[in-house]
Amino acid sequence: MSREVAILGVGMHPWGKWGRNFVEYGVHAARAALRDAGVTWQEVQYVSGAATMRCGYPGYVAGATFAQALGWQGAQINTSYAACASGSQALAAARERILSGACEVALVVGADTTPKGFLAPQPGYRPEDPDWVRFHLGITNPTYFALYARRRMDLYGATLEDFTAVKIKNAAQGVHNPNARYRRAFTREEVNKSAMVADPLRLLHVCATSDGGAALIISSLEFARRRGAAGAPRIAGISTVTPRFASAEVEMPDIATDSAVAAAGHSFRASIAARAYEEAGLGPEDLSLAEVYDLASSMELDWYEYIGLCKTGDAEALLRSGATTVGGRIPVNASGGLACFGEAVPAQALAQVCELAWQLRGQAGARQVAGAKVGITANQGLFGHGSSVIVKR
Amino acid sequence: MSAPAPAGLAAIEGWYTLEEKPHLLGTRCSACGTCYFPKQTMFCRNPQCEGTQFEEVRLSRTGRIWSYTDACYEPPAPYVAAKPFIPFVIAAVELAAEKMIVLGQVARGVELAQLRVGMAVELVLEPLYTDERGEHLVWKWRPLKDAA
Repeated sequence: MSREVAILGVGMHPWGKWGRNFVEYGVHAARAALRDAGVTWQEVQYVSGAATMRCGYPGYVAGATFAQALGWQGAQINTSYAACASGSQALAAARERILSGACEVALVVGADTTPKGFLAPQPGYRPEDPDWVRFHLGITNPTYFALYARRRMDLYGATLEDFTAVKIKNAAQGVHNPNARYRRAFTREEVNKSAMVADPLRLLHVCATSDGGAALIISSLEFARRRGAAGAPRIAGISTVTPRFASAEVEMPDIATDSAVAAAGHSFRASIAARAYEEAGLGPEDLSLAEVYDLASSMELDWYEYIGLCKTGDAEALLRSGATTVGGRIPVNASGGLACFGEAVPAQALAQVCELAWQLRGQAGARQVAGAKVGITANQGLFGHGSSVIVKR
Repeated sequence: MSAPAPAGLAAIEGWYTLEEKPHLLGTRCSACGTCYFPKQTMFCRNPQCEGTQFEEVRLSRTGRIWSYTDACYEPPAPYVAAKPFIPFVIAAVELAAEKMIVLGQVARGVELAQLRVGMAVELVLEPLYTDERGEHLVWKWRPLKDAA
């Protein structure tokens, strides 16, 4: 039996710092996805929402919040929270409903309104919370990004110019993306001269937090055929794996890794896409493009290796070869990536899938990867949430 | 036992010894030997182990730099920043015996440019912040004298 579902429609609310209620972005994205799919809201049998922790109770119950905002019509609902992987978890929940035969068509939606500056933990004296501990020591998210960047420099010969080249590459794509928050090209000088945040990363290497919303309408292949959409892009694999003990990588928000004495150390990030490939029966050699989580420009290089585009230590050579630029062998972040979006946590993993759908339908305009047939998304949520989706046509 | 450190309070109580040559305090599972920092006291996280007995252990007080960076912007609370904010260096250090990487600030006066992946460092105590109760000490990493 096929484990595939169809992506009938996709929609987004443009990313930005709009300062409005997140529900507005989610409803906007959902209605855009419904229109794109040619499906009416009344036909949707299942609503799967990606939660936000920053917008009060309505955010905790995002599935119900969006269903009510669109107009209660009796659909069954789900809300998923998995930090940055929330969108993939919500998508996985909806896909399982469809594959089990419990429903035929589902809406998956996530949206967020973000505060300015660093994302910070709840106050008090709470040493039992690793997120509290690391902030108490002054270790913010860019610290973790920079530790990996600096390690690439010392071990693999990465340079500041490599990180800047990633930013410039992605910014050039974002110029052509109407949903991106930052839609302009950057020069090398602008990036390198922006304020140092966490050496070696400058402000323009590090992604911002944004408001935004993204939605998908997915269905059974049979439903898609009945709608004349047999050729719609299909989800061929979703990975929501957790780490394996001993997790040997420095992971936000932890202050220490597992001890790898009694059990061997494992790389969690390398395991994330592996599971999606296995489920899809595809491999890195089948990819037309990839959307990966460039929380910092340097991290895009790490992801080249984690998703199998090259061997460990070869990411700089792959970047410099032009292979990951649109027009190259395996374009990465044709959407512009987080460099151009900033992160809207519960919407971001869904936005990655939206881009793959547009690319595989040949509707990505000036961002288009010619002849795109298979794409992968990859990201990771705090506290052990893997997230990777493979879409094919 | 080494000599006591200059008087000060622990910024996080029970996580390290207040000595001139301090150690981080972790736990070790009595069944499988896995070390934990921060302390694990209820159940072992090794999926092959059902251990529930732990002994407190002093972790190695030296290790090698896994990577390093700095904080140029003032972190939000619960970080307690001096006014004006003073940027600081951060290192992730691999403890050889425990095969564990532990993050922490780097001792004052050490420049980022002095550090390299693989450099040997030791644990020291320095103030994290000062309030009406006095100085609150935290662990920091400092290059060993012969590390260069």
